[in-house]
Amino acid sequence: MTIKWTLNGARRTDEVEPDETLLHCLRKVGCLSVKCGCETSGCGLCTVWLDGKPVLSCSVPAPRADGREVTTLEGLQAEAAELGAFLADEGAEQCGFCAPGFMMNVLAMARELKTPTEEEIQHYLAGNLCRCSGYQGQLRAIRKYLAKKGGEQA
Amino acid sequence: MKTVSTGVRKKDAMSLVTGKPVYTGDLVPPNALRIKLLRSPHARANIISIDASRAKMVPGVAAVFTWEDMPQSRFTTAGQTWPEPSPYDRLILDRHLRCAGDPVAIVAAETEEIAQRAMRLIKVEYEVLEPLLDFTKALDNPILVHPEDNFRSLCEVGTDAKRNLVSTDSFEVGDVEEELARCEVVLERTYNTVANNQTMMEPFCTYTYLDEYGRLNVVSSTQVPFHVRRILSNALEIPKSQIRVVKPRIGGGFGAKQSAVSEMFPAIVTKLTGRPAYLCYTRQESMANGSPRHQMQMKVRIGADRDGSIRCIDLYALSNAGAYGDHGPTTIGLVGHKSLALYGSLRASRFVCDVVYTNTMGAGAYRGYGATQGIFAVESAVNEMAARLGMDPCVIREKNMVRQGQVMPAYYGEPCNSCTLDKCMERAKEMMGWDKGPTHWTLPNGHLRGRGVAMAMQGSGISGVDIGSVEIRLNDGGFYTMLVGCTDMGTGCDTILAQMAADCLDCSVDDISVRGVDTDQSPYDTGSYASATTYVTGGAVVKACAELRDKIRIEGARLLGVDPQAAQFDGEKVFLPGTDKVMTRSEIGWASYAGGSRQLSATQSNSSPISPPPFMVGMAEVDIDPETGLVRVVDYVGVVDCGTVINTNLARVQTEGGIVQGIGMALLENIQYNDKGRMLNDSLLQYRIPTRLEAGKIRVEFVPSYEPTGPFGAKSIGELVINTPSPAIAEAIRAATGHMFRTLPIRPEDVALAGLEE
Repeated sequence: MTIKWTLNGARRTDEVEPDETLLHCLRKVGCLSVKCGCETSGCGLCTVWLDGKPVLSCSVPAPRADGREVTTLEGLQAEAAELGAFLADEGAEQCGFCAPGFMMNVLAMARELKTPTEEEIQHYLAGNLCRCSGYQGQLRAIRKYLAKKGGEQA
Repeated sequence: MKTVSTGVRKKDAMSLVTGKPVYTGDLVPPNALRIKLLRSPHARANIISIDASRAKMVPGVAAVFTWEDMPQSRFTTAGQTWPEPSPYDRLILDRHLRCAGDPVAIVAAETEEIAQRAMRLIKVEYEVLEPLLDFTKALDNPILVHPEDNFRSLCEVGTDAKRNLVSTDSFEVGDVEEELARCEVVLERTYNTVANNQTMMEPFCTYTYLDEYGRLNVVSSTQVPFHVRRILSNALEIPKSQIRVVKPRIGGGFGAKQSAVSEMFPAIVTKLTGRPAYLCYTRQESMANGSPRHQMQMKVRIGADRDGSIRCIDLYALSNAGAYGDHGPTTIGLVGHKSLALYGSLRASRFVCDVVYTNTMGAGAYRGYGATQGIFAVESAVNEMAARLGMDPCVIREKNMVRQGQVMPAYYGEPCNSCTLDKCMERAKEMMGWDKGPTHWTLPNGHLRGRGVAMAMQGSGISGVDIGSVEIRLNDGGFYTMLVGCTDMGTGCDTILAQMAADCLDCSVDDISVRGVDTDQSPYDTGSYASATTYVTGGAVVKACAELRDKIRIEGARLLGVDPQAAQFDGEKVFLPGTDKVMTRSEIGWASYAGGSRQLSATQSNSSPISPPPFMVGMAEVDIDPETGLVRVVDYVGVVDCGTVINTNLARVQTEGGIVQGIGMALLENIQYNDKGRMLNDSLLQYRIPTRLEAGKIRVEFVPSYEPTGPFGAKSIGELVINTPSPAIAEAIRAATGHMFRTLPIRPEDVALAGLEE
């Protein structure tokens, strides 16, 4: 079936299978930042934005993107570099395989919550697994990133 | 400018955080066949017949292969130095199935969906046999896991397939029975650990193709590219010269990728069809047919005097290899060698072990590699002894721990050249406020709080076995290219080796371009495992850079027409002191690219007769809800002696990550099977690893010793850091509840029920 959608700001038309996942479709069209970790909504690696809200693309049928706007890390390169620099300065990216999904969710959180508490941060990101870092370095990076964003807005 | 002991960014960091396509699955050629494996639903069965005729007729199916199409010589998938201690007990596809999920057929098709559809059309008739699932009953069981005649063992490790015995070993220092008889207090305890899955975020994946020379090219997420080359040569029965293995960025390994798990399948498809082929395991496959930690049962007899002097430890370990013996004979050794050696006070110690086959998933290498299990048992026994004697568990350790300058009889008789374990203990106590408060108390809400402690050690590479090599070149314009054969799997070894090179050559890290592994181009390295890279390959960096420095000075002097012995190289320029004779590194690089000169390069290998242990103290504070039994680690302190810290950020993050994996092992992670031998919890929703909500607060510090045989005084960090949580948390729970849990993971229901029983 045909979907008309907006991917990273560009309008496009694609053929998808009725039972195809958005994850599969996104990788097929070249958004390789979107990683497959489990296909059962258990890891957060495939997080993308659907109309600006974070979703697990392994659990969204591709046809549901019809008429809607999908954003992946390919469409947020400036933001990724800005937030990612804090992660890199902590050495907390480690293997990096969970990074794209994690970054998408942190960027969504930063838009949604103005000054999240540590508990709010931990709960917002609870679905983003990381096996390398033990999460501590990610938290340090997020705090520094949010402090910088807060400083810019003040 | 010195860069060693700073927190420089990983060289690949920005490409990873911006989501660049740098992993195996991102690089697959578009025309590659997609592979699916039909897997056995039975834990033990023989294939009577397979009918793939309907599957082959599905449009888009390129090939379906079964056991009859496969080479028939057995091999091991363990990534180890040849001759491997792991027995040669596998075929790519076997008629005899030995665990649920063993591969039955390989389907290769134009798309994954087609392969999936075709797979469902294959008809298999099985002779279903009763599986052997209980590893405590495996030895001499009438059910034989490996009855085949072409089973082979290359090393003398006591293998006897007719007894289900993968290996057996023992050592004794002093006279254990005599010493135990003399001890005033003797405890005898049994501890159990289960199989754990590494759960690296990137599943096993590999693609293969034939290049312009007709050679098999293998791009794989592996920790051991050179071993994979040999394993594939064995498995496919083709010469190693016809195989090239390339490792791109890796999405985590933790030992899982020290076995060739996915590589054989696309390789044989490419060999038989000539087409590129790609296989990526699903998470379910990675869980149910990966290479998990060996399940173990450990019996400890520990003897001490009433003053707290620990005199003797007798340790027996039984290990479940599962269906295949990968890493079985070697993981078990660390159970004894890397736990008993923590105690310098022992007058006698003994370690006896057996590794057995069962019809569960074949185990492999997982961070800690047996030391983790052994340290859980020995450190728990020491905690129980302290409790029996009414001693503080830190004090009993301070009285007995290994000290710098001692020889470690249980650790291959190696010297303890560098050790700040005593200072790590002192610092951990300060950080936790250990001496300022009680080890257990009750909160106003009824929750129980407890604190526990454990020590740990590991090695730095395998003594006399591991080898690391580095080639470094000076290029036009003065930058360096460094080729390494070790595999950065996210740990950052490409960067820390560049830091070492930069300091050796007095240049910036940015002047060193690092290229990781391509078996056609990289110098030989055993691979990234056994906590080897910093210590072993780092040593090669130091040697290679020293040689290149000399060559640059001599070539600069030749170009300047001065005496090379009198010339100096300061990293930027070669000069003759007291004169205006100067040539920059850039100019020497340019000159080396023109006629009449030579490329300046150095290649060096390094190995070590010893494996200096890094040490660590871990302390846990837990919160227990007595009604639900839920245990939360609210504070964890880790103080580490890894020798000189090469990259302060990466060492810290390694430690934090290892501690959280250890918390998972202690409280959550538990590979379970049903009574037919099928894994029950083969998804991330069922096999739960710690999320950031379970990780709690983790505080890490370093008390560096200086290892005289290590590069810049460094030892290892990667594996050590997973070893303290299990015993420290078990002790914290004991302190809080009065109940010692000797089986991992310690589940809420166990804690709640134990509370009710009291």
